[in-house]
Amino acid sequence: MASTLVIKDLHVEIEGKEILKGVNLELDSGKIHVIMGPNGTGKSTLASAIMGHPKFEVTKGEVLLNGENVLEMEVDERALAGLFLAMQYPSEITGVTNADFLRSAINARREEGQEISLMKFIKELDKNMDFLEMDQNMAQRYLNEGFSGGEKKRNEILQMMMIKPEFGILDEIDSGLDIDALKVVSKGINQMRSEDFGCLIITHYQRLLNYIEPDFVHVMMQGRIVKSGGFELARRLETEGYDWIKQELGIEDETVGQEA
Amino acid sequence: MTTKTNLPVDQQAVEAFSQKNGEPGWLSSLRLDALAKADDLPLPKPDKTKITKWNFTQFAKHTVDSDIYSSLEDMPESIKSLIDVETQQNLYVQRNNTPAFLTLSEELKEQGVIFMDLLTAAKEYPELVEKYFMTEAVKVDEHKLTALHAALVNGGAFLYVPKNVEIAEPIQAVYVHDDTDATLFNHVLVVADDNSSVTYVESYLATDAVQESVVNIVSEVIAKQNARVVYGAVDNLSAGTTTYVNRRGTAGRDSRIEWALGMMNDGNTISENITKLIGDNSYGDTKMVVVGRGNQKQNFTTNITHWGKNSEGYILKHGVMKDAASSIFNGIGKIEYGATKANAEQESRVLMLSEKARGDANPILLIDEDDVTAGHAASVGRVDPMQLYYLMSRGISQHEAERLVIHGFLAPVVTKLPIEGVKRLLSEVIERKVQ
Repeated sequence: MASTLVIKDLHVEIEGKEILKGVNLELDSGKIHVIMGPNGTGKSTLASAIMGHPKFEVTKGEVLLNGENVLEMEVDERALAGLFLAMQYPSEITGVTNADFLRSAINARREEGQEISLMKFIKELDKNMDFLEMDQNMAQRYLNEGFSGGEKKRNEILQMMMIKPEFGILDEIDSGLDIDALKVVSKGINQMRSEDFGCLIITHYQRLLNYIEPDFVHVMMQGRIVKSGGFELARRLETEGYDWIKQELGIEDETVGQEA
Repeated sequence: MTTKTNLPVDQQAVEAFSQKNGEPGWLSSLRLDALAKADDLPLPKPDKTKITKWNFTQFAKHTVDSDIYSSLEDMPESIKSLIDVETQQNLYVQRNNTPAFLTLSEELKEQGVIFMDLLTAAKEYPELVEKYFMTEAVKVDEHKLTALHAALVNGGAFLYVPKNVEIAEPIQAVYVHDDTDATLFNHVLVVADDNSSVTYVESYLATDAVQESVVNIVSEVIAKQNARVVYGAVDNLSAGTTTYVNRRGTAGRDSRIEWALGMMNDGNTISENITKLIGDNSYGDTKMVVVGRGNQKQNFTTNITHWGKNSEGYILKHGVMKDAASSIFNGIGKIEYGATKANAEQESRVLMLSEKARGDANPILLIDEDDVTAGHAASVGRVDPMQLYYLMSRGISQHEAERLVIHGFLAPVVTKLPIEGVKRLLSEVIERKVQ
């Protein structure tokens, strides 16, 4: 079944400062969107606001998942409705093993009495960990505790593969990765690609797009999406940078808070 | 001549009790001597907790008689669930003041291991008990509560492991408090002779029947040269019980004492846990978890004192406080002059689940020697909202996310308990207390 995620005129503040100033975006399952843009333009704020990060306050606008406004839902309800956010800085949680955590997350989607069997869970977990070239002992390690930057990113992708959301939002999943880890993470994302899965990738590096070919590319500046296009837009950004967009739009400083 | 005391038990009553038990002369005299001191000695002064109004000394009855359990099947489910029934061959169950069940494997008996209730041991092995009972680890005249304990001791166990005997399977004790009139002066004495090794795990559990009561526990662990003792405990006494519990060990050369303590009492509790690293290369490790709830006030002082060269001491305490519960966590690493190359490390973490809960972590390092290493870490905080956000973003409810964080916080100690049944009990108690 085709799903849609529609962001309408989204305004978001943190500690009284407006970061997003009217973001509009439509995602369909089966498609991969990329939001690019320099640092400080509001990309990660968009990801966090959609998921419901406690520090961000939505002051205006809607985020509709299949017609339902997720901004009225608790964080866990948004997840159960089909959203997934691979975070830039995943929390470390002592004493909770990766495997126990994942099983809780999967069972949260199932009725009482219909929990996933341990055998089936382990089989699925082993398969996905192999695919992401993760060491098997990471299942029994405490959640993200002492994980390297690359291990944390792989672990985010592992969770997405296990949970199978309708929409995955990946917030700078490529930052801090060496080339081998970047290839593995991309492999995971490409594996998810299907008619039932939509994806929003947030990045400020073009290099991820050497491994994942997006359907749509958007550029964010000053808390808005200022340009959208196909894969060719990413190619042009790679060769020419952002200056031509700033010139075109008369923007001097692209970061939030600087008005044209 | 009988002197009048402010205590509910007088000299005559103590004499009569000792006589009824058929105790050896040294124990009777020790009791009477201690009783005479108890009146004048002051209460202990746990740092940052005022206990002058707490009732440690007034109770209706010194002892009660309870029925024994003729077999494992005879025990209530609450006890049976603690015991790995298929495999546990070394078990002492005490019901209030009555030794209610005892079993020790033939193999251990042949090796000379002694395990039985303390008062019987004092009769059958008077020399051993006299040598170690409140002589090395805990002294009778430290304060009012140690003296009162010595005078009125009415239960507990004695475990002796001879030289070179290594016991693989854990020795288990269960102390049941199911009579509200019962007052426990429980004493556990564990002596591990040279090159021996033993794991002892005890549980204190109370039923709903227990209203107001007084419990005074002293445990002594003597680890001789190159001995190893692992001591696990889960205390789960009732809300109306005021508890003084003192668990103390002395470690000889090359020996190790490891504590895993689940402090789950619902009532006001003063806990002292002290490890004296006397011999060179001795090793002490204390892991403790606490859950406080309701209005209970508790004080947990954990101390490792180093005399031995190259001695190592580690303290790890994690506490969760909810409702209006209040707890003080004092951690003391003390290195005496001459204990060169000693290492004292400690960590205390307190997690607060409500506005009214209170928790203080006080790390203290007292060092009289230059050539040592030491460190401490302490924190008091709330459940991290970013951790909850992260877990909830995977579809886990807030309640379940909090549960995961709290259990994770306490896991480093829970996983350390060596008997599955006791580990399960501790997990269940934590579950019940934090929900």
